[in-house]
Amino acid sequence: MIRLLVVPLLFVASLAAGTEFSVLLPQQSSITFVSKQMNVPVEGSFRKFTAQISVDPTKPETGKARIELDLASIDTGNTDADEEVAGKAWFDSKNNPIASFTSESINSTGKGQYQVTGKLTIKGKALDAKAPFTLRQAGGVLLIEGAFPLKRLDFNIGSGIWGDTSVVADEVQIRFSFTVAAKK
Amino acid sequence: MTDRYTRTAITLHWIIAFLIFTAFPLGAYMHDLPLSPDKLRLYSYHKWIGVTIFLLALTRISWRTTHRPPPLLDAMPQWEKFAAHTVHYLLYVLILAIPLSGWLMSSAKGVQTVWFGLLPLPDLVSKNKELGDSLKAVHESLNFLLFGLVLAHIGGALKHQFIEHDDTLARMLPFLRNKS
Repeated sequence: MIRLLVVPLLFVASLAAGTEFSVLLPQQSSITFVSKQMNVPVEGSFRKFTAQISVDPTKPETGKARIELDLASIDTGNTDADEEVAGKAWFDSKNNPIASFTSESINSTGKGQYQVTGKLTIKGKALDAKAPFTLRQAGGVLLIEGAFPLKRLDFNIGSGIWGDTSVVADEVQIRFSFTVAAKK
Repeated sequence: MTDRYTRTAITLHWIIAFLIFTAFPLGAYMHDLPLSPDKLRLYSYHKWIGVTIFLLALTRISWRTTHRPPPLLDAMPQWEKFAAHTVHYLLYVLILAIPLSGWLMSSAKGVQTVWFGLLPLPDLVSKNKELGDSLKAVHESLNFLLFGLVLAHIGGALKHQFIEHDDTLARMLPFLRNKS
């Protein structure tokens, strides 16, 4: 009986002391996006990315994140489009293989809700970006989920003939979902 | 003048015919284009026309069930009547089945169909590459069949009009007077 009580108490105590969650579980994490083509939402994803995240759920404001995305790992759902977006007019992923986000600050915006601000770097251009996200603990892991709109033309993604936003909209919705385990 | 199609049936027939003559060459042309904004535009136009045909076809078939079409001319031999009915029946099936296969293909390929960029159609199947490729093959085969049937359909109409000089075509024309 005592053991039955002690174990959860220890668990709660460890949370109160501030467990750092920093081990990304890639299989349960994703970065996807929704672009609008001729007003049709089309979903895609990135297969390869790394995320160095460290968050203490008791004080998420001190958390940090750096995400690096392999642009060539894009999956638009269409092989022609995958090749097209690797080209100069889009990601130019040969010369700029990585897109990155580095957090600068995290603010609480409500219960379990936060906003991260930081620098988003794509095609050698670094711009301020912010994204709302939620934190949720479940089954011993921390779930970080959020989304933010990115204006592709701010980063010259899809220039030239593709600059016509009546075909491919400027705004692309980026969605992220990271599952992070406690640091051992 | 009683042995003609109704004004509604005639109007629907010619609008659908016009749309098929737009969507068919568009589809044949667009799919080989290299990816470009124009290609995406043409795909959307093609889908919008297809959805329009589908809706008009539904209207037309429900109209037909409540308004019997004029009978074929008595002078026609049995085999001709049979051939005409078969072609008509298959054309009705195709003006539903072709847009439907295109709509499903689009969903399977992960691109929802949004009529005129305004009205999203539900995705009846979820994204699935193999299914998308199969539906593409179905869409293409049905179109080859349509091409053949439309040729037979037009050929038949012209034969009646210019070889047999009968009233068959006049039944479906808004401005031709019956000869008899």
